[in-house]
Amino acid sequence: MFTKENLDKLEVLKKQYPTMKSLTLPALWMAQEQFGWISPDTMKYVGELLELPVSHIYGVVTFYTMFNTRPVGTHHLQVCTNVSCQLRGAERLAGHICDRLHIKMGETTPDKRYTVTEVECLGSCGTAPMMQVGDEYYENLTLDRVDALLSKELK
Amino acid sequence: MSEFNERLILPDIAGLHTIEVYEQHNGYQALRKALAMKPEEVTDEVKKSNLRGRGGACFPTGLKWTFMPKQSAKPKYLCANGDESEPGTFKDRQIFEQNPHLFIEGAVIAAYAMGIETVYVYIRGEYAKWVKMLQKAVDDAYAKNYIGKNVLGSPFSVNLYLYKGAGAYICGEESALMNSLEGNRGYPRVKPPFPAQNGLWGCPTTINNIETIANVPVILNRGWEWFSKIGAPKQPGTLLYGISGHVNKPGVYELPTGVLLSDLIHRYAGGVPGNKKIKAVIPGGSSTMWLRGEELDGVRMDADSLKAAGSSIGTAGVIVMDEDTDVLKVLARITHFYHHESCGQCTPCREGCGWMEKILNRFVAGDGTMADVDLLLDVANNVEGNTICALGDAAAWPIQSFIRKFRDEFEKRARTTPRSPSYIPPPHLVTTGA
Ligand SMILES: Cc1cc2nc3c(=O)[nH]c(=O)nc-3n(C[C@H](O)[C@H](O)[C@H](O)COP(=O)(O)O)c2cc1C
Ligand code: SF4
Ligand code: FES
Repeated sequence: MFTKENLDKLEVLKKQYPTMKSLTLPALWMAQEQFGWISPDTMKYVGELLELPVSHIYGVVTFYTMFNTRPVGTHHLQVCTNVSCQLRGAERLAGHICDRLHIKMGETTPDKRYTVTEVECLGSCGTAPMMQVGDEYYENLTLDRVDALLSKELK
Repeated sequence: MSEFNERLILPDIAGLHTIEVYEQHNGYQALRKALAMKPEEVTDEVKKSNLRGRGGACFPTGLKWTFMPKQSAKPKYLCANGDESEPGTFKDRQIFEQNPHLFIEGAVIAAYAMGIETVYVYIRGEYAKWVKMLQKAVDDAYAKNYIGKNVLGSPFSVNLYLYKGAGAYICGEESALMNSLEGNRGYPRVKPPFPAQNGLWGCPTTINNIETIANVPVILNRGWEWFSKIGAPKQPGTLLYGISGHVNKPGVYELPTGVLLSDLIHRYAGGVPGNKKIKAVIPGGSSTMWLRGEELDGVRMDADSLKAAGSSIGTAGVIVMDEDTDVLKVLARITHFYHHESCGQCTPCREGCGWMEKILNRFVAGDGTMADVDLLLDVANNVEGNTICALGDAAAWPIQSFIRKFRDEFEKRARTTPRSPSYIPPPHLVTTGA
C-alpha cells in the first residue's frame, strides 16, 4: 500500500531508532500524507509493516489530534481559538468561516472541499488570529483576508 | 542591566539561516573550541555561566548535564524539546526559522559534553514547515561534518534526527515526550526514576528546550563570565520574550532577562491599542499565574521578580488583556485547553479539569453563583500537586490566581447576567474533531 518512496524512507528510519515501535508516528505520518486520513485498514497495514498489534496503532492514532480518523475536505481549515487568538477575534473569525461555508465547526462541506476544525494554540500567537491549512500557516487574519483566501488560494 | 542590547540568539543578520552566512559570522567556532576541551570542562563552562532552562521550569542547565552518568554501558541520549505548545509561546519556531545552526551547534556541543552519540529533536507536528527548514540545516551540517562520524576530524561521532509529533500538548512534558518518541501514546511517567538514569528505552537521557540549547554556543564563544553578567544575575542571558494579545506590536523580542514587564509592553510592543488600560497580564505562558493591570509596576521578567509578584517566568510568553476583555471567558478558554490536553492518566487532572471547565462555562453563560467560586477553588486546590505531571498544576494555577485577584469578576457575573434562553455556546464548547 505504501509507495516505494515511503517504504525506502522507513528503511532509513529503521537505522535511526533502536526499536520498530518508534516508527509508529513516522509511519502514520506517511500514511496520512499518502491517503489523506487513517482508516482502520491503514492501521492494520501499518501494524503489519511494523510487526506491532493493531491495537497499539489504534491507541496511538486516537491519542494524537493531528491524525485524521475520518476523511477530511481538500482544504482542512484548522482555526486556532486559544487565548492569544481569542483576544484578537478568533471566535468571530471561526464563526465567519463556518457561516460562509454553511457548516458547523468540525464538519465537512457536502462537496468535500472544506473541513473546519477548531484547534489549540499553534505557536503563532504573535500573529493572531491564525489558521493552518495543510502545512501552511495563515497569520494576522481578518475577515476580508479569509474571504479572499476562500475565493482564491483555497478555492 | 538594561544597557545590554545585543541579540545573541536571533541577531539581525540577513540569511543567517544558511550555513554559509552562519559560518561567516563565527558559526561552528564554539564547536571547534569545545572539541579542543575535555567534555567535563564544557559542562563546567555551562554550569558556571548559570544558564537556566528556557522550557518553563528554569532548571540550571549545567547541573542537569552533570546528572548524566559519565560511564554507561547503555547508550545515552539527548532530546531537544521543540514541542512548543504552551499557549502564548512562539519562540523556538523563530530559532528554527532564523538561526537553526545555532541550535544545531549547541546540540552537538551538548552531546559532546555528556558523551552522547544520538540526539533526537522532537518538534510539534503542526510545525511541518519548520521541520523542513531545520532538516535542510541538519543536512548541510552533516555535509560539512559538523554532525556525523568523527566530527571535524575528532574521535567524537554524533547523529541528530528529527522526530515529528502529531498534535498533543502533553508531549512537551519531558517523560511524555520520551514515550511519544518510543512510539507510544504520550503519557507522562512517574518520577523517579529521572531521565538521567532511566530515560529513552531505559537509557540515560537529558531533555533540554530548543532555546536553552541555542545558548550553549554563545557561552562557549564568549565565556561563562561574560554571559553570567547579562540581565538578572540568578538567571542570566537574554530571553526570547513572546508578547501577544492586546498590544500594538505583538511578536518575539530578544532582550536580557529581567526587563521591566511594563517596558516590554509599552516600549517594545508599542503599548495597548487605543491607549486602553490593562486589565490583566499572563506573564509566562497560559499556565502561569495572572497579574492584575494595577500590579505591573516594577515587576521584572525574571524568575525571582515574578515569584515575588506571585507568578512565574514560565516560557516568557506574555499575554496582555485590555480593560474591555471578558477575562472570565479567557480563563474558561484556557481551562478548556488543559482539559482537552489532559492525557487522562490521573483522576484529579482528568476529572478536575473537566469540572473546572464546566464551572467556568456556567459563569460565562451567566449561570454561576458565588458558591460555585468556592467549589472551583476547592477543585483547583485538589488538582494541584496531586498528579503525575505538572499539567494538573498548569490548569490549577491560572484559576487559583484568578480567584484571588479577580473575585470581582465573578461577583459581577453572578449578580447581573441572567442566562439568556437563546444562549449559544461559544465555538470552543462545540464538539470538534476530524
Ligand atoms: C504539561 C507540560 C508541557 C511542557 N511543554 C514543554 C514544551 O512544549 N517545550 C519545552 O521545552 N518544555 C516543555 N515542558 C517542560 C519540559 O518537561 C522540560 O522541563 C523542559 O523541556 C526541560 O528543558 P530545559 O531544562 O532546557 O528548560 C513542559 C512541561 C509540562 C509539565
Ligand atoms: S497530570 Fe494530567 S496530563 Fe499529567 S499525567 Fe496526570 S492526567 Fe496526564
Ligand atoms: S493562541 Fe492561537 S496560535 Fe497561540
